[in-house]
Amino acid sequence: MAASLAFEGVTKRYDSTRALAGIDLAIEPGSFVALVGASGSGKSTLLKTINRLVEPTEGRVLLDGQDVAASDPTAMRRTTGYVFQRIGLFPHMSVAENIAIGPRLVGEKLGEDRIGELLSLVDLDPAMASRLPEELSGGQQQRVGVARALAGNPSLLLMDEPFGALDPVTRDALGTRVRDLHETLDLTTIMVTHDMAEALILADRVLVMDGGRIVADETPQALSRGKGGEVAQELVAVPRHQAEKLKGLEG
Amino acid sequence: MIGVWDALMGLGDVLAQHVILAACAIGLGIAVALPLAVWASRSQAVSRGALGFASLVQTIPALALLALFFPILLSLRAVFGEGLPTLGFLPALLALSLYALLPILRNAVTAQTNLDPGVIEAANGVGMSFWQRLRLVEAPLAAPYVMAGIRTAAVWTIGAATLSTTIGQPSLGDPIFAGLQTQNWSLVLAGCIASAGLAIVADALLGTIEAGFRRRDRRLWLGGAIAVAVGVAAAFVSQVDWSRDDGRETIVIGTKQFSEQLILGRLVGEQLEDAGYDVEYREGLGSAVVAQAVANGSIDIYFDYTGTIWANQMKRTDNPGRDAMYEAIVKWEREVQGTRVLGKLGFENAYAFAMREDRARELGIASIEDLARAAPRLVAGGDPEWFERPEWFAVRDAYGLNFSNERNFSPTFMYNALRSGDADVIAAYTSDGRIAADNLVILEDPREALPSYDTLIILSPERANDERLIAALRPLLGSINVEAMREANFSVDRTDGDKKTPREAARWLAGEVGLE
Ligand SMILES: Nc1ncnc2c1ncn2[C@@H]1O[C@H](COP(=O)(O)OP(=O)(O)OP(=O)(O)O)[C@@H](O)[C@H]1O
Ligand SMILES: [Mg+2]
Repeated sequence: MAASLAFEGVTKRYDSTRALAGIDLAIEPGSFVALVGASGSGKSTLLKTINRLVEPTEGRVLLDGQDVAASDPTAMRRTTGYVFQRIGLFPHMSVAENIAIGPRLVGEKLGEDRIGELLSLVDLDPAMASRLPEELSGGQQQRVGVARALAGNPSLLLMDEPFGALDPVTRDALGTRVRDLHETLDLTTIMVTHDMAEALILADRVLVMDGGRIVADETPQALSRGKGGEVAQELVAVPRHQAEKLKGLEG
Repeated sequence: MIGVWDALMGLGDVLAQHVILAACAIGLGIAVALPLAVWASRSQAVSRGALGFASLVQTIPALALLALFFPILLSLRAVFGEGLPTLGFLPALLALSLYALLPILRNAVTAQTNLDPGVIEAANGVGMSFWQRLRLVEAPLAAPYVMAGIRTAAVWTIGAATLSTTIGQPSLGDPIFAGLQTQNWSLVLAGCIASAGLAIVADALLGTIEAGFRRRDRRLWLGGAIAVAVGVAAAFVSQVDWSRDDGRETIVIGTKQFSEQLILGRLVGEQLEDAGYDVEYREGLGSAVVAQAVANGSIDIYFDYTGTIWANQMKRTDNPGRDAMYEAIVKWEREVQGTRVLGKLGFENAYAFAMREDRARELGIASIEDLARAAPRLVAGGDPEWFERPEWFAVRDAYGLNFSNERNFSPTFMYNALRSGDADVIAAYTSDGRIAADNLVILEDPREALPSYDTLIILSPERANDERLIAALRPLLGSINVEAMREANFSVDRTDGDKKTPREAARWLAGEVGLE
């Protein structure tokens, strides 16, 4: 069952900065949401309030109607797939051990077949299972991070720039595959990305953040038709401009 | 060098005790440091407090730290009862564990603060509980650093453990201190070689474990750990008393650090063994420690001198004469300390001024009065206590002594200084064998400023009325004359050919005075 999410006046203040400035937002079960915005606009912070890696200063986050502040954070995190911006593979564990960590925490063993399957899912050779993270490239590490997030059969998948270090071809392929998984596994997915084109192509709904606020909340179609306001349109302008230039080269 | 080899071969027992002490201290240090480090990683205040405390402990000289546990444990008897040991294994263990704390703690805390925050965030993010995070992520990643700290702690502890001899815990310090005292350099060297060798072996084995953790090579660290465990276990096994309890009572004899005390300890010990007792020795105790130790029953028997008790413990500066002083001391020991002065051994070991015979003749000095006249041109030597002792103040004031220079020497080097001319006169001990051997003259004390120093046997309160023990000790009273004691002392102190161990000298002395 895909999860539903709601944010009610969520604010996060650090000493000098306001990372989140009163977020109100509802996310339907089964939606694929892309979160875009400039560096420092609060995307990671927003994502972390969901599984309580960050506790809001004000407001609350509801997961399937339940205030997450009242939940057991460890249990809730185990059923939430999370791909970390800093990747965060455990350097002393093999790729297989990293992927199997979630199930291991609740006393389940992940079979070799399942690990192989998860690795092929993210376009990695199952023979890599026995390697240590330091023996992988940055992009390969990122894909192991995605496999790890999927290993626990989550109903909610949170991805913080999951494809940042990938080459464009793999990135494109993996994006499509994650979108397919989203359908087949019946997930609710939030993906942070800097790439507006990627957001427009993959998501049902695009949120644009600026200075701790959500400044645009549109479908890809509406955004490409010029809606969403100035900040959003600045971001949409980049891929549109690129596409036009490419067209010009052809013509 | 053959002497060193023989001495090394004789160190098995103290080596085992040294290993046990060091292993227990490091074990306790780890047991305290690791939870503290985990706590410190969650709280800045704990981190600062714990590291600050451990660093402070580290600045206390090891010797002082060991000695400090005697009064600490003594006061803790109010809580834990009279059975709490104040000398020997327990204080040595506690002091050394405190010493081991810093390197382990510091490395563990550093390792934790240096963990990649991304990895910690991921550990939380995948849903690890506190303990899962500790066990699955933090501990394995910190292990090589913690191990490096344990390694440093082990090397320090093995070295510092030699000092536990001074508080009555047998260790590789025994041969070192005994050798220094009796100028038996083979013994000193053997103790140092054994202690350094042990440290090197421990460092190598713990280093193997560290490397195993670092390379995540289970075979390597497990191998190292097994080798360490086998070594420690062997030390324990060697110390198990396999003989069934023979029903013999154990008497603990305490002695101070110089040859005469070591010889007397062995002499009495052998007498008691013949009388059917088991005997343990706490040799090389500090002067103040040993008197306290008998009063609280940590040791059963020790030897002291009337003048020493008079001045140091009773804080008296007058001199009522030999017999009155003895009577007052017997009464004081009984009423204040609860101990029993069993009686005099028969000889005095008094402080007296001694000069080389030729020098005394040349300066025309035969008494302290003569000495006072020449003093402004002379250098006086004394043991490290002498110029602080009330006897010195008494004799100085009685004769108006005013030397051009006063120098401290260890007792052994004091005689060398006299021989080499670095000192003109020294505060010697009358039972010292080197007086005759070095051709020294003892200066007369016509004003009787120096008190008497009859040698006493003193029993702990528990033994004060032990008739069987007293019967076994009684033949010793009045049995030892000063000439025999001097010769026995000299046979241990001499540095040339016919040097004896305190035990050999004790056997010779027993024969000489007809105790067999
Ligand atoms: N632990 C923290 N302490 C203080 N300030 C923080 C902390 N974490 C984030 N911030 C601040 O909050 C703001 C939002 O940070 P956040 O990580 O959510 O940005 P982001 O949108 O994910 O940026 P990026 O695209 O670079 O990852 C930033 O100004 C950041 O400096
Ligand atoms: Mg971010």
